[in-house]
Amino acid sequence: MMLFSRRTDLPLDRDALSRFLPWLIAFMVYMAALAQAGLVGLDTLARRWDTGMAATLTVQIPTDLDSADEVITRRVQDALNMITDTAGVLRATPVSEQKVQQLLSPWLGAVEAAGVPLPRLIDVETDPAVDLDVRVLQQKLTVTIPGVQIDDHGVWLARLIEMVRTLETWAAGLLALILSAATGTVIFTTRTGLTVHAEAIEVLHLTGAQDSYIANQFAGRAWAMGFKGGVIGLLFAVLTLIALGLVAGRLQTGMLPDVSLSVLGWVLLAVLPLAAGLVAGLTARVTVMRTLRRMI
Amino acid sequence: MDIDPATSIARFENVGLRYGLGPEVLQDVSFELKPGSYHFLVGPSGAGKSSLLKLMYLAHRPSRGLMHLFGHDIATAPRAALPALRRSIGVVFQEYRLLQHLSTFDNVALPLRVAGMREANIKRHVEELLVWVGLQDHMSARPPTLSGGQKQRASIARAVIARPSLLMADEPTGNVDDRMGYRLMHLFEELNKLGTTVLVATHNESMVRELGHPVMRLDGGHMHVTPGAKPAPDTPLRADSLGRGTLRGAVT
Repeated sequence: MMLFSRRTDLPLDRDALSRFLPWLIAFMVYMAALAQAGLVGLDTLARRWDTGMAATLTVQIPTDLDSADEVITRRVQDALNMITDTAGVLRATPVSEQKVQQLLSPWLGAVEAAGVPLPRLIDVETDPAVDLDVRVLQQKLTVTIPGVQIDDHGVWLARLIEMVRTLETWAAGLLALILSAATGTVIFTTRTGLTVHAEAIEVLHLTGAQDSYIANQFAGRAWAMGFKGGVIGLLFAVLTLIALGLVAGRLQTGMLPDVSLSVLGWVLLAVLPLAAGLVAGLTARVTVMRTLRRMI
Repeated sequence: MDIDPATSIARFENVGLRYGLGPEVLQDVSFELKPGSYHFLVGPSGAGKSSLLKLMYLAHRPSRGLMHLFGHDIATAPRAALPALRRSIGVVFQEYRLLQHLSTFDNVALPLRVAGMREANIKRHVEELLVWVGLQDHMSARPPTLSGGQKQRASIARAVIARPSLLMADEPTGNVDDRMGYRLMHLFEELNKLGTTVLVATHNESMVRELGHPVMRLDGGHMHVTPGAKPAPDTPLRADSLGRGTLRGAVT
């Protein structure tokens, strides 16, 4: 296949449609780049959540201002003992009061001064291989410690991951849709080109041109337009991603894991213009070969 | 069954042609073109001259009958075999059919590019021929800016650049005055002397009589061949060069 053909026998770059094709492809590559970056980003996010938070529990022991510190400390100690004895628990660590205050300060301000009773928290790390029944543990703890609560991250995390996976499927679907739209656009443009230049193509044929000679001219042009459109689209997509990154960075939220693109993610993005060129070139070639095969 | 191309350029036996489901525009056409021969194709408008030429330059396949070109059975030849056959045929189309967006140089270079010749060789051949046809000052001009005579010379140059074995012209004198018409015929004679088999479709009966070549007459889709006053050459000359002199002298 001719790559950047210097000379063509057909005035393909003067067709009105050919002038729009790079921009159409630019738009599609822009969408594809964002969808692809979203796909890679979401996958990274889901993986980190999956491994980082799935195997943890938080046990919450309520306090009230009337209870003496010793009572509360004993309850925490009892809970710790019971939790540690449970099969499937790897580690249980009480969260210090300062840490709790620190965690809550963005929402409640200086809580100590307000005299709000803060619950005591225990971080529990579980063995993902052992199926630990949270309800059984809850019942066991409730017998000695009234009002105890267990936050099972797994439940809401599972929902979050499910949502992320749904978004991923959606992004992959979007990519497939963009690919078929791009292919369709190239087929349409090529067929129009074949009709517009039917007379010139017939002269080429009668001069002894093989189908591939004609198809290569279309393919070379489509490849160049696809690549050009791809570069433009990718440029806009990268600018958008950088802008999004800056906005996300300013949010400084500890909730979202770092979702910046990996090396693979950037490589996949960089390949997009080449892919756009290849898809356009091959589609044009196949379209021309199929159409010409119907001629004598 | 293929025929030895050394003894026959074209051979038609009871060839019929119809477009789609329409009536036959050619019926039971039979003739043979020997290598190095020169024939006129005459007949009233609508007699099927253009259709016959279309068969000959492989724009159509026959609907029935036997048609051999350069020894190949055209009805059964695979599609992939046709481009190579077309490269042995030069055609001067009635309306020239030059590609409007290409320069004179590129139009004339087309058959060589299609055949895969290297650009350096193409440049040499095309420039040489364009000088010969007197278009050396119009190499980068596009067809819309050329005069009728210049377009015709460009079209002839394109037809002969690849040294075809068979040269066909469809009403080459139709759009030019008589003086130019005769000069054109003289050019075809010259090419014929170099060994090219020539077939010229024309309305110009007086010129046909004067030049005295065999005449294939089409009427109502049927063909009658009458031998010419001049005998057909037994041994064709080899086309090793396009000859000296200039086409400008012959045509302008």
